Amino acid sequence: MKLSRRELLATFLGAPFALAACRDMSAGARFPDGEIVGQNATLGHVLREGRSFEVPADNWRSAKAVIVGGGIAGLSAAWKLSKLNFNDYALLELEKEIGGTSRSGIGSPVNYPWGAHYLPVPFQENAELIELLDEMALTDGRAANGDVVIREQYLCREPEERVFYKGRWYEGLYLNAGASDEDKQQFGQFQQTIDRWIDWRDTSGKRAFVVPSHQCSQDSQVTDLDKISFAEWLRNLGFTSERLVWYCDYACRDDYGLRLEQTSAWAGLFYFCSRVRKSGDESQPFITVPEGNGRFVNYFSERVGDKILRSHMVVSIVPNEKGVDVVCLADNELRGFHCEKVIYASPMFTAPYVIRGFNNDAPFAANEFQHNAWFVANLFLNDRPKPRFAKDFPLAWDNVFYESPSLGYVNATHQKGIDYGPAVWTYYYPMCHEENGRTKLFNYDWRELADVCLTDVARAHPNIYELCDRVDIMRWGHAMISPRPNFIWSETRARAQKPYRNIHFAHTDLSGIALFEEAFYHGVRAAKELQTAQI
Amino acid sequence: MKTPLLFLNVIIIATCGLIYELLAGTLSSYVLGDSITQFSFIIGIYLFAMGVGSFLSRYIEKNVAEKFIDIELAVAVVGGFSAPLLFLSFAYVSYFGIVLYTMVFAIGTLVGLEIPLLMRILKDELDFKELVSRVLALDYVGALVASLLFPIFLVPKLGLNRTSVLFGMLNAGVALWATWLLDPLIPNRKLLIMRVKGAVVVVLLGIALIKADRLTTLAEDGLFADTIVYAKSSPYQRIVVTKGKTGHALFLNGNLQFNSFDEYRYHEALVHPAFAAFKGEPKRVLVLGGGDGLALREILKYKSVEAVQLVDLDPMMTGLSNAFPPLAELNRHSFDDPRVSVTNGDAFVWLDSNEAEPFDIAIVDFPDPNNFALGKLYTTRFYNLLKRKLKPDSAVVIQCTSPLIARNSYWSIIKTLEAVGFIVKPYQTTVPSFGVWGYALAKQTPFDIPTDPPANIELKFLNHESFASMFDFPTDMKMPEGEIEVNRLDNQALVRYYETEWRRFE
Repeated sequence: MKLSRRELLATFLGAPFALAACRDMSAGARFPDGEIVGQNATLGHVLREGRSFEVPADNWRSAKAVIVGGGIAGLSAAWKLSKLNFNDYALLELEKEIGGTSRSGIGSPVNYPWGAHYLPVPFQENAELIELLDEMALTDGRAANGDVVIREQYLCREPEERVFYKGRWYEGLYLNAGASDEDKQQFGQFQQTIDRWIDWRDTSGKRAFVVPSHQCSQDSQVTDLDKISFAEWLRNLGFTSERLVWYCDYACRDDYGLRLEQTSAWAGLFYFCSRVRKSGDESQPFITVPEGNGRFVNYFSERVGDKILRSHMVVSIVPNEKGVDVVCLADNELRGFHCEKVIYASPMFTAPYVIRGFNNDAPFAANEFQHNAWFVANLFLNDRPKPRFAKDFPLAWDNVFYESPSLGYVNATHQKGIDYGPAVWTYYYPMCHEENGRTKLFNYDWRELADVCLTDVARAHPNIYELCDRVDIMRWGHAMISPRPNFIWSETRARAQKPYRNIHFAHTDLSGIALFEEAFYHGVRAAKELQTAQI
Repeated sequence: MKTPLLFLNVIIIATCGLIYELLAGTLSSYVLGDSITQFSFIIGIYLFAMGVGSFLSRYIEKNVAEKFIDIELAVAVVGGFSAPLLFLSFAYVSYFGIVLYTMVFAIGTLVGLEIPLLMRILKDELDFKELVSRVLALDYVGALVASLLFPIFLVPKLGLNRTSVLFGMLNAGVALWATWLLDPLIPNRKLLIMRVKGAVVVVLLGIALIKADRLTTLAEDGLFADTIVYAKSSPYQRIVVTKGKTGHALFLNGNLQFNSFDEYRYHEALVHPAFAAFKGEPKRVLVLGGGDGLALREILKYKSVEAVQLVDLDPMMTGLSNAFPPLAELNRHSFDDPRVSVTNGDAFVWLDSNEAEPFDIAIVDFPDPNNFALGKLYTTRFYNLLKRKLKPDSAVVIQCTSPLIARNSYWSIIKTLEAVGFIVKPYQTTVPSFGVWGYALAKQTPFDIPTDPPANIELKFLNHESFASMFDFPTDMKMPEGEIEVNRLDNQALVRYYETEWRRFE
């Protein structure tokens, strides 16, 4: 099925905008180069065929443990195992590159992210994560109250955010410009409601929302929020202000790749509450570098690189009496591992395809772990656009279009203090406005997605076609776990935390929200479980 | 038909026509510099366009009176809005030249149509000899009126925007009035429409006249009282050099950087305290910013100095300071001195990536922190990077904006320096072009305030008395009572202080 350009733009950016964009597009405009990079969708889909795999006798080796998956969860597990002196393990990664959605690219003037690009400064209680930050020399000791101090160059530099609305850029994410009294009053009330949840404690003193999420209170007052959508929650409390609703919808799209109506109210509030120490405080600042969370991936690779086997597609995991046999496909041949334990750090929905016998006595309903699709584009600019209006708020780190279903773009160059000349912008588009987003995403080629991206960016920067030399695009078929209503506090998720026949699951999916901290928590947890089992 | 009154129209039309031409010439030499070229081009294009208009008048055959009024209204609109439109397009679009010359051509063509049409209207009233002599004589009288009024009264009293709109209204007034003067020549049913059209144009221009103040602040910001002798936009900033009675002045993005009349006060105060505070013979000096070369001039007075590294963002600026005679003479050809090396780049990025040997003295002379890209050059991160290029005993001076006008900004910079471990001695002096100006003298080890400028250095401003007094702070410039934030990359507190404090004076 081939779409016309107008249909394509209408699908991604909305019909009225598409109409205008098609009219504006001058026929002679230069179109940048680029390509689709990364993720090979066909690789993973081989598994769906359910073939059987005979490993030649010479291709078997033994290891105490195998980690399946080289995203943040798997890498964190490896990092922790090595720290625990548990060294007889291998990490198998399907792709040519490790890192999952925290992957990054090498470029000029700076490296750039292909997905996750920041980490909020952890609370001091998150000691394990702070240990990682210390090791990576991102910290500068502790404050008097015990909070970790992050080095200035790694804290997101001001100006952090701006929003583009009706032809102008404004400071911040919430659109203050032109807000009516009613808007302001509702925004104030919304903040007060959030503040109440920030200060809320259950009878045992647990917070309602905190990172990592396993420490959140399980009081029904809190978990009941998971039964409705964030949109419904807002409606129930009488929050109708268009710009407030937009702000919350943006939050859901940004953190979860879901629209307001698709997101659990628990998850929506988690976004606003979990990173604020107490009401009245600022939200925890962001740790960021040009390559985003690729910085963590590269560090893990430095530490445990010798254990990592790339382009190793695990095709079959067979639990047996002695332990687990793991079979993978690499260099066109089948290789096997006899091991005692497996840390399964791949998306949960893949478990039934890989783990033999999973469906006979399924420990959890793997198909309830649903993911959404994204595409991410990196735009390589030879120069920055000049501000169109003297009063326009200047280029920030995060640059958001109010009227677009995309998330706008992040300026990778920002954190290095490079304010002139060439830049790299990372553009994010969650496919949440799409029925069947994933299938559709893979039907579009580079040219079409680049057209969507540039047309969207051109609404704020009409001369983007002259400034942009190259657009590379990554399609993420299964980017993030979707915290839809009735998932986070479901039986399924609780069950998946437990090991299944020497297979320990470790993935951010297990938290129901895709965050670095959650993936890290589950990786480290699984590693510790292996260590404990050994003793 | 009231012929004598139509002759009055000729004068008004002629005056308006020349005013638009003068406006375009003045405006383009204001913003583009090089007034000879600008005026020459504008006059040429305008006169040629008038010729085109005169030629085209032959194609207007019927309803000459109506056409005349329509053209009058068109001149009113295009000419009346010409100055505001040109200012705005200069401020906001990159193809200003195209807008300028198109507009000049359009006005010229319309004005060129006016007189031939008017002569044809009058041809039945007078004989040819009389007609030509009167119309053309009055046309030139109008030109004289315009060229006298423009520099003496209009520009100084009204400014370019109001002049433009006002003469647009005059043109529209002529059109409206002509509907009465020429009413025998116009069918009655059309009269009303023409009068409504005329009234609409007058009202529109009237609104513009009332709003002219806003237009002026929007577009005329940073226009200059003196003659522009150089004006060019680099990728980083707009560089303008003016020449006036008191000497040359440099403006970056419309902000005064120095006036040659009193810049020695600023630059002596910027450079010599650091040398006075340094123990021993300074050999290596770092200058961050200072692309005008004037700090260099002061530094190079020291025989002990062996190497000066200057890091300035803009190659056009350092190139100009080296090659443009008024500037090169003022900085005494500092850029030709073999001790000086120039690197063009953002000092923040340079400090972060460069492995230069440490320096004895650093002079930090950036523009005021009026945006985030400049604000980062005043952060704890920046000063920590700077420390890596210093020796334990090095002396640093930083220009810190005005402690009188921007008191919180000034003390925020001082606190930021202290936050990274510098011992800071704040000081200030008066530079008439700027007002009271503030600096920070800093070292990493405790030191006493120097009491004298270094000996045997030729100085025009600093002496024993003035040197000591710079370190005294009158009450209205002392550190404020309330809490002052340290400026960090992740809060950019200084940019916010600065904007709040300087906005009061806009």
